Amino acid sequence: MPYVYLAIPLAPLLGAIIAGLFGRQIGRAGAHWVTIIGVAVSFALSLWVFKHIVLDGAPVYNEAVYTWMATDAFRFEVGFLVDNLTALMMVVVTGVSLMVHIYTIGYMHDDPGYQRFFSYISLFTFSMLMLVMANNFMQLFFGWEAVGLVSYLLIGFWFKRESAIFANLKAFLVNRVGDFGFLLGIAAVLMYTGSLDYMAVFGQADQLAATTIEVLPGTEWNLVTVIAILLFIGAMGKSAQVPLHVWLPDSMEGPTPISALIHAATMVTAGIFMVARMSPLYELSEVALSLVVVLGALTAFFMGLLGIVQNDIKRVVAFSTLSQLGYMTVALGVSAYSAAIFHLMTHAFFKALLFLAAGSVIVALHHEQDMRKMGGLYKYMPVTFVTFLVGTLALIGFPGFAGFFSKDAIIESVHASSIPGAGLAYWLVLLGVFVTAFYSFRMFFLVFFGEERMDDHARAHLHESPRVVTVPLVLLAIPSAIIGWIAIEPLVFGDFFAGAITVAPEHDVVGEVGHHYHGQWSFILHAFQAPALWLALGGVATAWFIYMVRPSIATAARERLGFLHALLDRGYGFDEFNNQVFARGTLALGRGLSSQGDARVIDGWLVNGAARLVGWGARVVRHVQTGMMYHYAFVMIAGLLVFMTWFMFA
Amino acid sequence: MTMEMPNLVPVLPEIVVLAMTCLILVVDLFLRDDQRDVTYLLTQATLVVAFALTWALGDDQVRLTLFGSVVNDPLSDVLKLFIYLLTFMTFVFARPYMKERGLHTGEYYVLGLLGVLGMMVMVSSYSMLLMYLGLELLSLSLYALVSLNRDSTRCSEAAMKYLVLGAVASGMLLYGMSLIYGLTGSLNVIEISHAIVRDGADLPMVVAVAFVVVGLAFKLGAVPFHMWLPDVYEGAPTAITAYLSAAPKLAGFALFVRLLAEGLGPVTAEWQQMLMVLAVLSLFLGNVVAIAQTSFKRMLAYSTISHIGFVLLGLLAGTNDGYSAALFYVVAYALMSLGGFATILYLARRGTEAESLDDLRGLNDRNPFAAFTVLILMFSMAGIPFTLGFWAKLAVLRALVQVDFVWLAVFAVVMSVIGAFYYLRVLKMVYFDKPVETAPLARGLDFRLVFGANGLAILGLGLYPAGLVALCAGAINV
Repeated sequence: MPYVYLAIPLAPLLGAIIAGLFGRQIGRAGAHWVTIIGVAVSFALSLWVFKHIVLDGAPVYNEAVYTWMATDAFRFEVGFLVDNLTALMMVVVTGVSLMVHIYTIGYMHDDPGYQRFFSYISLFTFSMLMLVMANNFMQLFFGWEAVGLVSYLLIGFWFKRESAIFANLKAFLVNRVGDFGFLLGIAAVLMYTGSLDYMAVFGQADQLAATTIEVLPGTEWNLVTVIAILLFIGAMGKSAQVPLHVWLPDSMEGPTPISALIHAATMVTAGIFMVARMSPLYELSEVALSLVVVLGALTAFFMGLLGIVQNDIKRVVAFSTLSQLGYMTVALGVSAYSAAIFHLMTHAFFKALLFLAAGSVIVALHHEQDMRKMGGLYKYMPVTFVTFLVGTLALIGFPGFAGFFSKDAIIESVHASSIPGAGLAYWLVLLGVFVTAFYSFRMFFLVFFGEERMDDHARAHLHESPRVVTVPLVLLAIPSAIIGWIAIEPLVFGDFFAGAITVAPEHDVVGEVGHHYHGQWSFILHAFQAPALWLALGGVATAWFIYMVRPSIATAARERLGFLHALLDRGYGFDEFNNQVFARGTLALGRGLSSQGDARVIDGWLVNGAARLVGWGARVVRHVQTGMMYHYAFVMIAGLLVFMTWFMFA
Repeated sequence: MTMEMPNLVPVLPEIVVLAMTCLILVVDLFLRDDQRDVTYLLTQATLVVAFALTWALGDDQVRLTLFGSVVNDPLSDVLKLFIYLLTFMTFVFARPYMKERGLHTGEYYVLGLLGVLGMMVMVSSYSMLLMYLGLELLSLSLYALVSLNRDSTRCSEAAMKYLVLGAVASGMLLYGMSLIYGLTGSLNVIEISHAIVRDGADLPMVVAVAFVVVGLAFKLGAVPFHMWLPDVYEGAPTAITAYLSAAPKLAGFALFVRLLAEGLGPVTAEWQQMLMVLAVLSLFLGNVVAIAQTSFKRMLAYSTISHIGFVLLGLLAGTNDGYSAALFYVVAYALMSLGGFATILYLARRGTEAESLDDLRGLNDRNPFAAFTVLILMFSMAGIPFTLGFWAKLAVLRALVQVDFVWLAVFAVVMSVIGAFYYLRVLKMVYFDKPVETAPLARGLDFRLVFGANGLAILGLGLYPAGLVALCAGAINV
């Protein structure tokens, strides 16, 4: 068995190495074949592992496969923890990745960096698998950083574009802020438990909860709270929660397959996955859970609002990703971990679908991303149109589609929760449903209906995308439509995550919701008595009315509510704030330190001083190294004499 | 009176090497110059046979023979195996170089094997007399090897310096040994140790220890007894330097353990202080002066001095952990140093020595394989994780911290940071500078295989250090 587990991450790594280092030799076709085969092997094995662990009920696998360093106190290992949670994540990651690999053949067809691109996305798959399969914090951190590195490379894939370079630097810097907290959290775990192994750490969770430390002098903090919050800061960076969300919209500078793979389906879910994995720690800290709920709810609602004012098709989908990540985070905060992972899975499928479908539209219009230059595309691109519709319905939570089940499970859980902040969160996620439906269908109508606003040249060349593009769309549309129906019962209300996720009895909101659950049909019928569904339909109707029936309203609203529009258009001014305060402040601080500290003290005294000293020393020693034999002999004898006299009288 | 026949099985490898050396000496007389490869093959076969013998005879028993003057224990086995291995690799690296310069003579291999025999005796000796004999056998072979290129004034000068200064050092060592003999009445390591415990140590013993330490420090090249080292390394033909820099350090290490740790163990406090001075000076001078070098060979020479400082740090910890860390370090050093000089041998051509750092510029464009191996070597020397050198440094630092020499550990780390500068500068030249030379590197398959294996071993042992760690820990039992 270890070899199977080892093969799953290593197959994409091998593909990445071959395509990356020998891309020139094996050519374009060679590069996509070798990486696709690598990911396909990984996907097939993941399915087999899923069957083995989940369906056949094999015991959880938790072994080290390689010990890098073992000292008296610590062990640093590479090991795999494969339980139901991991198996599910592995299938989602490799499955979406495989679709994206195939799709890329069509999307990147004319790009000169073809081989490099395939190498990167395979490397990304490897990193993400290492992250989800880890059984210890060190490997988790490795995967975490590797994912960050590859996303940096991919956002800046078109490295000759100024904006791409800006975006990838921004993503990297913002993630560093999160990673700093994450690293501190891991360090705290290591410091207080003496172990990096998940099971060993979870075994000591109760002792941690009984410990308090002084973070600032005079303030007592519960240790678990400190660790949980620090780790969550890492999750905020990776999973783009307010206020560390600013990198995600800009990351759309990367090619579209990347947006689908990294910034929708997999990498951004790392934070969600990590919190679920750490549920034994989070359950012990109500403070941390409250923080998670509130930040998640703010992200869910306010980032959704921003989607309304975007004109770039990819940015609309990007803001919807932010908002949906907020939903997942809210679910984590109310201890509905299973609902969060369930939404993570359905979201991975329909968001990858939406991005790839958007990419299909973009390619058909010769890399035009502005929705104001689209319209009426349903006639030209039927497959893209239908799959896009499926994705949109899943996103807004239309009854029966995947997103409906997962989102309703989250909303019901929040409703049932009594954790501080859940009340606010409930209102925000409810309103968020309306907003989601509104911006989703605004995009849908603007792209596929209404008058055709593209220029004649573009219209003349309009046609459906090739098979390598449409087949992944269809393959993703199927789970987007039905996976919720199939999976809700075992995943959320069954005992799928028993053993993998810990929920304290007093936080068990999912169990409470589960009391009222009597099958999928009744779940759907129940939705008609709850506000969420009506809000969603209201959002669709509003969008239809404003953008299809009376387009003048949109223009009028923009003029009347100019202030509000400007606020949303600027994304509440987070970027300005960061630029003014952090970027400028850091620059000013840096300049100050540079001119005073660096130039004078460090360069002047230490570096140049040390260099002068070293140079002086080297010159002196070179003088000593005369090449004269009797000098050498003299030094030896002098050394002997010094030794003797020193130690004789010491 | 009956004379008991000593058990000769433990010294079988030595006997084989000696017999084969004599045989090769004779065979070589009957070979024409273009048949010299026969000598080469016989030499390598000797090393392989000796390796197999030592391997087969090796177990974890301690056996004394030849009236207690020779010891055969795990330490001697491990060191001998590495000595054969390193010498084997050295000869592979040296052959094309020596051929290009018309130095491919029988003397080279015969002297090389005699040096190996000297090292084997040093490693296995439990008597001061035998230690001295082994050391002189090695040293005399080395003097002759350094002067192998008689027509070069540079070589002759290096050899002359080495000979005279080596003689001074040998004299000091011998004087120290004679003092110890006078004080304890024995040449045998165990008996010396017992005698010191019984009689206590007084002032004359301190003097004796000082003389012994100075003699040994010279052989390893510790500051301030290092002055010969850069000149000899630079002056000798590179193939000889490679030989000089690798295996003999293992033998020198053995003398430290045998004589200081085992024989003079009761006066550890005395020599610990002296080694501390030597180590601090070596680390400082080696790393700082290496920065100022423009010759790659000389840079490696100073780098050797700094690595010796690390080995001494491990030794002076005075614990089993410290000795095994030092053993680990010296093995790691020998592999890295051999790889470093092999790089020069790789770059050298007929008429070009390629000793300057400038010759490394743009190596990646000329030969990515060699460049990557240099990358591994330099990372390892600088002590960057996932390479052997990192573990070596870590082991030594741990041993130091265990005996509460934290300030020494901190000093060593600071010096390593300084050292990282000139190792990384090499990589900058290899990867980012434009090549000065563009001629392709021409070396045979055997050279490239062994060179690659050398680099991979450093990387592989860095990824899986456990085996070598266990080997070194098992070898030390003082």
